[in-house]
Amino acid sequence: MNLSMRWLREFVDIDEDINMREFSEAITMSGSKVESFEKEGSELKNIVVGRVLSTEKHPDADRLTVCKVDVGEAETIQIVTAATNVVPDALVPVAKDNSVVHSGQKIKKGKLRGVLSQGMFCSVAELGVTVHDFPYAIEDGIFLIQEDCKVGDDIRDAIGLNDTKVEFEITSNRPDCFSVIGLAREAAATYNKPLKLHTPVVKGIGESCEGMLDVKIENKELCKMYSAKIVKNVRVKPSPRWLRERLRAMGVRPINNIVDITNYVMLEYGQPMHAFDLRFVDGAKIRIRNAKAGETITTLDGIERKLSEKNLIIADENKPIAIAGVMGGEFSGIVDDTNTIVFESANFDGASVRLTAKEHGMRTDASSRYEKGLDPNNCLPVLQRACELVELLDAGDVYDGEIIDFAGESIDKINVRKRIALEPDWINSFLDTKLSVDEMKAILTKLECEFDGEDVLPPTFRPDLQHKADIAEEIARFVGYNTIPSTSISGGAQGKYTARQKFDSKIAATMLALGLSEIMTYSFVSPKYYDKILMPKDSELRRSVVITNPLGEDTSVMRTTALPSILEILAKNYNNRNEKAYLYELAREYIPITDDKLPIEKNKLIGGFYGLSDFFELKGIVEETLDRLSIYDYDVEASADEFAYHPGRCAVLTIDGERIGVFGELHPQVAENYGIGERVYAFELEADLLFKYTKSEKQYTPLPKFPAVTRDIAVICDENIPVLTLEKAMKKSAGSTLESVKLFDVYQGEQIEKGKKNVAFRITMRSHNETLTDEHANSTMKKIMKALENEGAVLRA
Amino acid sequence: MKEQLENIRQQAQEELAKASSKQELEALRVKYLGKKGELTAILKQMGKLSPEERPVIGQLANEVRENITQLLESAQADIKTKERNAKLAAEKLDVTLPGKKHELGNKHPLSIVLDEIKEIFVGMGFDIVDGPEVEYDYYNFEALNIPKDHPARDTQDTFYINDNIVLRTQTSPVQIRVMEKQKPPIRIISPGRVYRSDAVDATHSPLFHQIEGLVVDKGITFADLKGTLETFVKRLYGEDSVVRFRPHHFPFTEPSAEVDVQCFNCKGAGCRLCKNEGWIEILGCGMVHPKVLENCNIDPEEYTGFALGLGLERVAMRRYNIDDMRLFYENDVRFLSQF
Repeated sequence: MNLSMRWLREFVDIDEDINMREFSEAITMSGSKVESFEKEGSELKNIVVGRVLSTEKHPDADRLTVCKVDVGEAETIQIVTAATNVVPDALVPVAKDNSVVHSGQKIKKGKLRGVLSQGMFCSVAELGVTVHDFPYAIEDGIFLIQEDCKVGDDIRDAIGLNDTKVEFEITSNRPDCFSVIGLAREAAATYNKPLKLHTPVVKGIGESCEGMLDVKIENKELCKMYSAKIVKNVRVKPSPRWLRERLRAMGVRPINNIVDITNYVMLEYGQPMHAFDLRFVDGAKIRIRNAKAGETITTLDGIERKLSEKNLIIADENKPIAIAGVMGGEFSGIVDDTNTIVFESANFDGASVRLTAKEHGMRTDASSRYEKGLDPNNCLPVLQRACELVELLDAGDVYDGEIIDFAGESIDKINVRKRIALEPDWINSFLDTKLSVDEMKAILTKLECEFDGEDVLPPTFRPDLQHKADIAEEIARFVGYNTIPSTSISGGAQGKYTARQKFDSKIAATMLALGLSEIMTYSFVSPKYYDKILMPKDSELRRSVVITNPLGEDTSVMRTTALPSILEILAKNYNNRNEKAYLYELAREYIPITDDKLPIEKNKLIGGFYGLSDFFELKGIVEETLDRLSIYDYDVEASADEFAYHPGRCAVLTIDGERIGVFGELHPQVAENYGIGERVYAFELEADLLFKYTKSEKQYTPLPKFPAVTRDIAVICDENIPVLTLEKAMKKSAGSTLESVKLFDVYQGEQIEKGKKNVAFRITMRSHNETLTDEHANSTMKKIMKALENEGAVLRA
Repeated sequence: MKEQLENIRQQAQEELAKASSKQELEALRVKYLGKKGELTAILKQMGKLSPEERPVIGQLANEVRENITQLLESAQADIKTKERNAKLAAEKLDVTLPGKKHELGNKHPLSIVLDEIKEIFVGMGFDIVDGPEVEYDYYNFEALNIPKDHPARDTQDTFYINDNIVLRTQTSPVQIRVMEKQKPPIRIISPGRVYRSDAVDATHSPLFHQIEGLVVDKGITFADLKGTLETFVKRLYGEDSVVRFRPHHFPFTEPSAEVDVQCFNCKGAGCRLCKNEGWIEILGCGMVHPKVLENCNIDPEEYTGFALGLGLERVAMRRYNIDDMRLFYENDVRFLSQF
């Protein structure tokens, strides 16, 4: 919302030479946030009003004219121009030597085809204004000024380009501040100055409008008030300069006096208005009703719109003439031969206007005001003000009286003041202030609250004031938030991390120590990504939580697996020619249950790699991770049918039969789908299950007091027997003194029969009570050998 | 015998002086002091001496043995030093060659900043709670005093799953979930992902992170809100940070405020960084709206509280001078390795 400081000063005495930074700060701190301010024409330098004294053809150029110009200085200056509309005696904007025009271009004296030119004449655009601001000016040519000004005047003062515009951020709870008067009220309260409100007076023509228009509100839920006045003999012409200036400062384009009046009043009061030609109202009947199925309207912007039954419209006997609170119909607008017009000032339900504007994708100045909820009590004063301006501008003849329909028993009960108990003690303890009742009342009075006994009666244009906390806020912001003390919360509290939060930190520390960097990826993916990771068509994981209004297909479903997310990132890094990537994410996955329930949000620890030396580096990372997280009793089994993974290089991790994760090399097709030209690896661990199985308490084991005995053993077995099978057999058979079994060699090739492999282990035995004897070691080794033989492995000869 | 001993001493001295390796020294040790060495051989003949000569020669023999032993030891030490020096000289490295690194991973910059924020709040007695990202409309909006037709719904462009379920647009629904479960005193923060249908550009992302805070107890005042947040801001941005509270509006707090910190760059004079305002907005906060407390069956006459909301990306962007939010989600290792 833009505000003209000049307009503001009509309602409150703010010094002409106020420091705008201080003003912005003060009004921001009382609750109306200033985004920026700008003095009009501040970019212009050294441009004055000049009078053309003479024009002559340039001696060497047909298209140039040499002009003598009086710029109010002792000596006249000479300007060479290509413009064709400059005539002797015209008043023109002169950019003198060393001046700056609106575009930022600097003007200096120089020679044009050999003739001295000491500056430049300006067009409207070069001053940063438009022909809408100065309807007598032309677009392509010099601005011939028809304003009351003198030669030598600063151009900004001469054409009134000297207002200051302030841009406010108005929050949705303050529809009243979408107006000059609303902001003036805030400024007056901020500076403790009176608000000078004006009561509009309409003379009228002594002839009543009664019977000229039949107004009926059919939907009294959505329309609380509809009022209209009628003006005949409309004289459509440009508005006077003062009015155009104000519209311009507020960022509204002047059009003609009638349209400008509706805009002016809307800006001043915050209440939108609409004006339409009475001729086009069939049957002189106005009905405020919901649209019927199939009805259409072509709005002022020339677009034909299909109306839905939810849309509140203004209709005549036969057809819609406006979408209530949003935009009028094209045909009913003001045209050149318009004679009699209806000014409408009505109150529509905010939510309804908001939804209708959204439905038709047309948020207008009117709808953005209505949607926040306006005060029906404003309708009539606004109507009066518009007609007062009609008379002031001599834009038409105003009939006496108005045509009104409203919801409710009487017009003064459409919107009445609420009643809130003023509880000074509660407010003081809530804010930690020590204000007297009188101080509180003084603040509230500035905001036009009234009092009745112990109660505050806030004004009807403040729908946001409903509770004593709202009253406390009004008091706090005028006392000043920053004058209220700052205290610590009384009563001690111990903040702590939960076991799960500590576990997650441990995961992060482990990942970092293992050389994996943390990533953060979008939780939504494209359903096509499931194809990219070769997910079977009938997989349960293809059922995702679907976003009904996604930004795009790529972000349209909530992922059921984080694998595509990390693959996207690996692919990006690969494309960016990063040598390797070791990445992880503690990622959420969203598993739907039923449509009316929230999905399960699972946490997955996922790692993704390229540039890894081999599968066993990956496995080492997984094993070390589980070890660090104190998870020991898990099983690893080869799995050939995990989608996305290489059938011969993938393992599944389980604990007591419960699957806790999977890791392996990804299927070459997956790597290809992501355009990664090398082997890609991943692990996926169910973080919620890891937490379930982690042993949070560690127990110290005494360091061994007796030496260990080690024996190496090499066996030959079928190449398809997993080493884990052999290890398990050894561990099972060896008895309590077995400390560890460590694989140190696997060999296939020369000297080994085809289809067999040679596997070598180092076996360490130790007792905590004594030094083991050779006999004991030998007997253990015998047991181990027997167990190995049972698995089909024989001692290497 | 005396002469013999002197000769041995003489000879040993000469030979030891010439010896240049450990092996040579060992040979000399064996030669003179060994079981079959020359000195031993002489000592074996001691029995043949007269009782008068025996102590004299015995003493001399011991002297010679000690003498040789000493010489031997010092020669050993010399050679060891020489050999050590030679080895050191041979082992000289070009220490400017690069080190062999065990590369550690890097924490994501958002995590680094979030961890710091969590530490600050835990230190001030807050617990950390989590909430669902796919959330009921009721928790995300209605219970927070944002009914279906509220204009605030337009400013938070919401991703809908269906009429009743949304991707949460803020972390504030966690407030409701906590208050439904736990009776005051409550002192929590809840960081997490939030979603808004903003197209991706340098300053917008459809997914970003917020940190919600909530305190509810008897006698919590606006001054407590101010004090707590001032402390937080000073811990995060430094003790000399200047903080101000500016009136604002949120549907679920009343009074509401935005917290600005004085621009670090220009100290309030106005510069490009702070868009000439001298202040940088960092978080939103306010006293919990009585209707919100009522929605959670907490009596607003008995309890009061405050809430706050902070955008993580913006804090991290300022911290590291990152000008493009997309970098956080592209996860280029060249970006990640900088933190």
